Amino acid sequence: MKVRVDVMLKAGVLDPQGEAVRHALGVLGFEGVAGVRQGKVIELSLEQKDPAKAEAEVREMCEKLLANTVIESYRVEVLG
Amino acid sequence: MKAAIVVFPGSNCDRDLAVAFREAGAEVTMVWHKDDHLPDGTDIVGVPGGFSFGDYLRCGAIAARSPISQSVIAHAARGGYVLGVCNGFQVLTETGLLPGALMRNANLKFVCKPVELTVATAASAFTEGYAKGQRITIPVAHHDGNYQADAETLAALEGDDRIAFRYVDNPNGSAADIAGVLSANRRVLGMMPHPERAADAAHGGTDGVAMFRSLVGALAPA
Repeated sequence: MKVRVDVMLKAGVLDPQGEAVRHALGVLGFEGVAGVRQGKVIELSLEQKDPAKAEAEVREMCEKLLANTVIESYRVEVLG
Repeated sequence: MKAAIVVFPGSNCDRDLAVAFREAGAEVTMVWHKDDHLPDGTDIVGVPGGFSFGDYLRCGAIAARSPISQSVIAHAARGGYVLGVCNGFQVLTETGLLPGALMRNANLKFVCKPVELTVATAASAFTEGYAKGQRITIPVAHHDGNYQADAETLAALEGDDRIAFRYVDNPNGSAADIAGVLSANRRVLGMMPHPERAADAAHGGTDGVAMFRSLVGALAPA
């Protein structure tokens, strides 16, 4: 079972890398980019076959390692 | 006084930290990250700078979950002393022993230079060799030293006199110019600047020596 985790900086936490990307897009002539937030995608292949259990397991992984919940939020999507 | 220095794959300031402790009179043992216990009688654990586990995932994240880190957490829970420098500070925030997080420098640049710090409190075994308000010069070398915490945490750090050092000229965007913070029991210190790189005249400065000497003095058997 494949599960995808998106990890993003929490709203309100300044993202200097996203800001640098936004600036570079402006330099390339892309106008109207009001904001860029950069995050991570983590794909997991699990032996677990039950989607609910897989999601619970991955949420625990996020809390313990995959995200730093002081500054980051995460979203878990079971891809099946 | 017995110091244990933790070594992770990618640590690169471990020997410098060992020399600084030894020169101050400590008995030093190096401890590998796969070890599951600290040497008997360890008074202080040094978590050194470097790029543990290649900074994969987040700086310090993997090191904070290694076997030895569980022993360091237990040591701190027993009231033991811990000093985390640079990557060591990042590891300590990732373990939860210290609040907040260290993010990418606000200007996105790796900063490597001596910086001036203000000693924000002398009330700890780490800082009692300095005077509150004293200015000292200690080198920094990091890409992710931008200390951030929520407003409530910052207010608590301030209110409880737990900010150990502040930058005079903030090099990385840290909230409230914070360069180092103490735990609630004042026995765990994390700081981005490297006191072990200002511990010998040949380093170009010796402002870090007072920290190692006061630790050895405070933790020596009575």
